[in-house]
Amino acid sequence: MTGLQFVAVSDADLAEVALTRAEYLHLAESLGRDPNRLELGIVGALWSEHCSYKTSKPLLGTLPTKGPRVLQGPGENAGAVDIGNGLACVFKIESHNHPSAIEPYQGAATGVGGILRDIFTMGARPVALLDSLRFGPLDEPHQRHLFDGVVAGVGGYGNCIGVPTVGGELYFDESYRTNCLVNAMCVGIVERGKLTRATASGPGNLVLLVGADTGRDGIHGASFASVVLDSESAARRPAVQVGNPFLEKCLMEACLELAGDPRVIAMQDLGAAGLCGSTAELAHRGGCGIEVDVARASRRETGMTPYEVMLSESQERMLIVARPGDVRSLQEVFERWDLHSDVVAVILPDQRFVVRDGDDRVCDLPLDLLVDGAPPREAPGPRPDRPAQGAGSGGNVPSWTPGETLLHLIGSPNLGSRVPVFRRYDHQVGDATVILPGGDAAMVRVDGTSLGLGLATDGNSRYTALDARQGAMIAVCEAARNVVATGATPVAVTNCLNFANPEHADVWWDLHDAVDGIGDACRALEIPVVSGNVSLYNDTGGTGIDPTVVIGMVGVIDDVSKRCGAGFRDEGDLVGLVGPVAAELDGSEYQRLVHGVNAGSPPRLDIDLERRVHSFILEAISAGLLHSAHDCAEGGIAIAMAESCLLGDIGVSVEIDELGSGEGLINGAAGILFGESQSRFVISFAREALVRLHELAGRHSVPFRGLGSVGGERVCVTGCIDVSLADVRAVHRGALIERA
Amino acid sequence: MLWHKDRDLCGVDCVILPGGFAYGDYLRAGAVARFAPLMESVGEFADAGGLVWGICNGFQILCEAHLLPGALTRNGSLEFRCMPTWLRVETVDSVFTAGCVRGDVLQIPVSHGEGRYVADTETLEMLEREQRVAFRYVRQDGSALGDESPNGSMHDIAGIVNERRNVLGMMPHPERACEPLLGSSDGMQLFRNVAKLISGNGVMPVAAVS
Repeated sequence: MTGLQFVAVSDADLAEVALTRAEYLHLAESLGRDPNRLELGIVGALWSEHCSYKTSKPLLGTLPTKGPRVLQGPGENAGAVDIGNGLACVFKIESHNHPSAIEPYQGAATGVGGILRDIFTMGARPVALLDSLRFGPLDEPHQRHLFDGVVAGVGGYGNCIGVPTVGGELYFDESYRTNCLVNAMCVGIVERGKLTRATASGPGNLVLLVGADTGRDGIHGASFASVVLDSESAARRPAVQVGNPFLEKCLMEACLELAGDPRVIAMQDLGAAGLCGSTAELAHRGGCGIEVDVARASRRETGMTPYEVMLSESQERMLIVARPGDVRSLQEVFERWDLHSDVVAVILPDQRFVVRDGDDRVCDLPLDLLVDGAPPREAPGPRPDRPAQGAGSGGNVPSWTPGETLLHLIGSPNLGSRVPVFRRYDHQVGDATVILPGGDAAMVRVDGTSLGLGLATDGNSRYTALDARQGAMIAVCEAARNVVATGATPVAVTNCLNFANPEHADVWWDLHDAVDGIGDACRALEIPVVSGNVSLYNDTGGTGIDPTVVIGMVGVIDDVSKRCGAGFRDEGDLVGLVGPVAAELDGSEYQRLVHGVNAGSPPRLDIDLERRVHSFILEAISAGLLHSAHDCAEGGIAIAMAESCLLGDIGVSVEIDELGSGEGLINGAAGILFGESQSRFVISFAREALVRLHELAGRHSVPFRGLGSVGGERVCVTGCIDVSLADVRAVHRGALIERA
Repeated sequence: MLWHKDRDLCGVDCVILPGGFAYGDYLRAGAVARFAPLMESVGEFADAGGLVWGICNGFQILCEAHLLPGALTRNGSLEFRCMPTWLRVETVDSVFTAGCVRGDVLQIPVSHGEGRYVADTETLEMLEREQRVAFRYVRQDGSALGDESPNGSMHDIAGIVNERRNVLGMMPHPERACEPLLGSSDGMQLFRNVAKLISGNGVMPVAAVS
């Protein structure tokens, strides 16, 4: 071997590639020698948490991933489910937290670019994007800067490439002050027969690198995403990539033109750990090896070392595996889209990972060791005792009336109107968005069919902070509820687990419990998990985020014309509550606003009731009985009703028996009005439907009661709340707008 | 669908330059696209009286190519805006609006970052005098906008026609308002107007340029 350079490994060298000394020793022992510097960098990238899932993998194995609709579970670029009509829906959610904290516009934009590639790599045309964003308190200038930059970045990429951003969620909480979260989900559609895999095969077959030239941007991105941020992080700006959505548009069209083409043996996009990660995974899935020649990769700049070429995370690049005889004709397809392509690698029969720089062999590693060899991280310690949390009350409680409380809540950044965000996203391009953002779930129709897809992202970190398992279960249920509210049946889940430093026992156990909770809820609701992503080390200087489980939910409705909106519709319609009335304020937005704490236990969840409530709502919508259905979430019944009023631009007047009347109102009232009990919907319907709905509720054994009626221009709860819809609208609309 | 690198318009009756971000629009919307080989043919086609309809990015390209006067600059808010708008039909003296009634209010959404129509005073006066403002942003009831403009366009201009009235540029997206399922079918009127003229000549299809 030439060009091999033995190095003495210092702590600083190991820190640069984010490996521990124990991991290094395991590597050297397995190899029977010291790795050279390039090999060390490559192993560092592939053994990073971002690529290897060394902490989460042992836990994720417990998730339910099978089901009659599942065509592709975790392990490929994205999951896929059968939606009928010969079509598959391909989708995944992914984080881009660390880059966005440093460079919000490009961090978010390339997060969108990356998740889009995951989808069209499978041969599927992206039809929708969603996001899930979390920042620190919005009144702090730096948080406003991050928020503006991220929203502009998501929109900048999605708008330009022409894929609608149809939904998402947004929260502000102290826990994200030093680590914002930017998760992006993409959903695509492909004919089942054209579903493309990223599994290389056939020794001697060639690998084309297509798209952008390789530059120095994003080197160590994967490792960067796998360590805690610190005061030096800004100096890691080179680890943040820069997006070129028009190039991606061309790459997408070319790849989709080739979906299902027998000349394409496999397709794999370049994401984390660049050329190194993509070539290794491609070969590993196929049980073969690969030899990459870095000298053949077109570069953006001169003087790049093999190390830089292998680890660059330049965006908008794709690998195509093809027989030697087909390479030229494939290149012609790319040329039509003005895309450059180079043959950079060959498939090997043995499971080796070899890198050459022209004539020099600069890296030779066993592929299995590289891809699967990271020593799994065990629990860093026993489950820590959690101090029992008392219910959060006390302090200086403001003396607001229930009506004033409603206005304060619906005008708060977490419950206020999201219009200032989604009007910056093109949410209609493609003429398929039949439920616009702003309700529970968005819906896109599927071209050429009567099908619609209900899409939502959801997760409440206040609940997971109090109880990771229960909070994760609720996240699944709430995402499902959002989709159910549109009339779509939930069919599969993708998840993004955002956690702090897993080397701390409390974080590790929260992760453990959260995965358990997702698994339990998904099993009970029979919704498989088909893809996902884990983002750890969301921690700066020892301050970590609250455990944050984001669930991306996909549902299917057979006839899009039967979809249901969340806004009240017709004057005189009746309003009903599906689900229990209880007074659970722990973990609620009310508790945050009024008591300034997050304490106690998250709302109770009866998963069996949850399931029955979904069946009830779906059957009621399918039978055409409902004029609106809205999930009761943050802010409870009062906020849910006010939101349905805003969406429908019409008032409501209701009476809730438990509130009683006259004296005794104040004590229990807040819990009943603003408590966040689970498994609930506020629905509206024509008077004639009442009897059938009662019958249906009886059959599904779900609590259901009439509350009042739709009409007027006020939001009224007898004896409690009487505010004008105009006032509600004014505070709701202004919640995210920067005050001069 | 015509290809940007070709020059042949394949005998189409109407060229529609649709929305999008041609070549990424990193410099200025439409600034690169106006140099696409096909645009030379589109210019000749328009000069010969052919129907050319620019929607959103297409309008931006037509202004850059000087087939329409004025320019589309960044929205007054400096932000992208995707939202419903209401357009008042200001002239029926064009193929595109011939089937409408002057003063009709159409619900058609916008989706753009650079849609603020600007022109010098002379040009604006000329457009108004010659009734070449095709659409103006208005409130739902047809009354003039206050400070709720989606982009800050001068004279609330949403669309204009050229002197010969065979070229229309508009920022809103009529193709996004062609069926009740999408919230409005008001945009369909414009397509019907064009199709009617073309079918009168015994030819049907409308081609789009990508």
